Amino acid sequence: MSVKIIKAGLLDTIQDNGRFGYQHLGVNPTGAMDKNAMQLANILVGNNMNEAVIEMHFPASVYMFTLPALIALGGADFSPSINGEPVPNFHPIIVGKNDVLQFHKPVEGARTYLAVGGGFAINKWMNSYSTHLKAKSGGFHGRSLNKGDELLFLQPSSFHIEQNDFIVLPWRADTNWTNVVKEILVLPGNEWDRLTTESKENFEMTSFVITNQSDRMGYRLNNIPLPAMSNEQIISSGVSFGTVQLLPDGKLIILMADHQTTGGYPRIAHVISAHHSKLSQMKAGDKIQFRITNQSTAEEFFIKQEQHLLQLQNACNFRLQEYFKK
Amino acid sequence: MNYTGLPYQIFPLGDAAATIDFGNLVDEKLNEEILERVKQLKEQSLPGIIEVLPAYSTLTVYYDIKVLKKKFPSNQTAFEWLRQKLEEKLQQPVLQNEVVKRHIRIPVCYEDEFASDLQHLATIKNITAEEVIHIHTSKSYKVYMLGFLPGFAYMGEVDQRIIMPRKPQPVRIAPGSVGIAGKQTGIYPLASPGGWQIIGRTPLKLFDVTKEDPTLLKAGDTVQFYSITKTEFETMK
Repeated sequence: MSVKIIKAGLLDTIQDNGRFGYQHLGVNPTGAMDKNAMQLANILVGNNMNEAVIEMHFPASVYMFTLPALIALGGADFSPSINGEPVPNFHPIIVGKNDVLQFHKPVEGARTYLAVGGGFAINKWMNSYSTHLKAKSGGFHGRSLNKGDELLFLQPSSFHIEQNDFIVLPWRADTNWTNVVKEILVLPGNEWDRLTTESKENFEMTSFVITNQSDRMGYRLNNIPLPAMSNEQIISSGVSFGTVQLLPDGKLIILMADHQTTGGYPRIAHVISAHHSKLSQMKAGDKIQFRITNQSTAEEFFIKQEQHLLQLQNACNFRLQEYFKK
Repeated sequence: MNYTGLPYQIFPLGDAAATIDFGNLVDEKLNEEILERVKQLKEQSLPGIIEVLPAYSTLTVYYDIKVLKKKFPSNQTAFEWLRQKLEEKLQQPVLQNEVVKRHIRIPVCYEDEFASDLQHLATIKNITAEEVIHIHTSKSYKVYMLGFLPGFAYMGEVDQRIIMPRKPQPVRIAPGSVGIAGKQTGIYPLASPGGWQIIGRTPLKLFDVTKEDPTLLKAGDTVQFYSITKTEFETMK
């Protein structure tokens, strides 16, 4: 009832929905970057949506299952295979003893997720399974996964499947709804009006390239500098996932899952919650086109996404029940 | 004491948080009011609130859009609904409870090995390193907020004579390092890149992941530094 790491990936960590309620102690929420993908992977194996999963970057780890298990992969397409045979994202898969899961090349996206039925046997730290890399706590010993690590599962194995065999269950979670809008929608931030008229135009009219100085903490963007009318510092104040900060040189940084709790740079915009997942699948070299929206659209998009997830959860639970009745 | 009636504005911090801003300033009384408001919002909590984050002169309320929209399905946005509720709360006075404020003494070793920027600061300020240490340990500081890193306390205000801006480029900083940035002083709880001018190091753990209550300091505390030798530092560690 476990999965072993045969070869370590670049940055594979245990994540969940995030650690909330401790920002006043300077403890940032962390959590999965692409929460939709994390939640879908959980839904496909019948878990609670916010159960701990493994978040992977490319190159990802090579895994071996020690007993049969129900798993799901989702998020970026890293061309996964089991025992050398390609397997799809967003399907439940029953794996057998000694099955080897690996990822061959980054086809699309930046992060992919592995969920196992019943979840991983991991202790919560400050009410969350998420790995806090800076504090070296939470998740699997507060660090990314290494060769030789073994992650136990909570649920005993109950699948009858031959050693080295696997079954891809025939239903797939529909993810077409996640990318209906091409642009990244943002709400104006409190310091939006500090931008000059020209800067405001450039914000929507030009594109912003994600630089390689981008990670789980934030994305630094390469853009036409956006001059501001005032460069007055803000006294440190709360920020959040998706906050777009204006640096003194006119460049932008978008705060991501591992962002600090507080910041002092002007907040010119905030990526809407419904687009955090989409943004999380973008990587160095990708271009962002921003478009300004309003509060009610942002909320509506988020609610629609949540409703979609709930519908998928009902459908998937039903399919799983039917399948295992047989 | 009742500080209600301060001007403020409430603005959205994206679509899932709202910030109450009492003005872009560092003020002890104002900061105390903010901490009282946090207590008020915890005691008389509103639905859908995930957490409340106090800073120098703001407090940010993080909320769950779907809880608010489900409970109050109106034409109003979740933000507008919350803004109204927060304004109602702010109408109510908060009385500063006569709680005993915590006063914490923190040992610091100011010897060269731990104080990479002390000599430089002394030279620029045209005083001796001993004088910098004397000035830094001569007053008590208020913890205005925690932020930046787990357990990182922003304290103020340092004496005019040792005010020093942060470095333009961050460097690697060891846990326990005590620094100055502008009028602020603070301690790095964890190894991190940072731009503060490092003048010493404490053997105390500012953030202990094994503890239920992991931070040594909390917003509202007062702190007094005192100088220790390297030998004392080693024994206290």
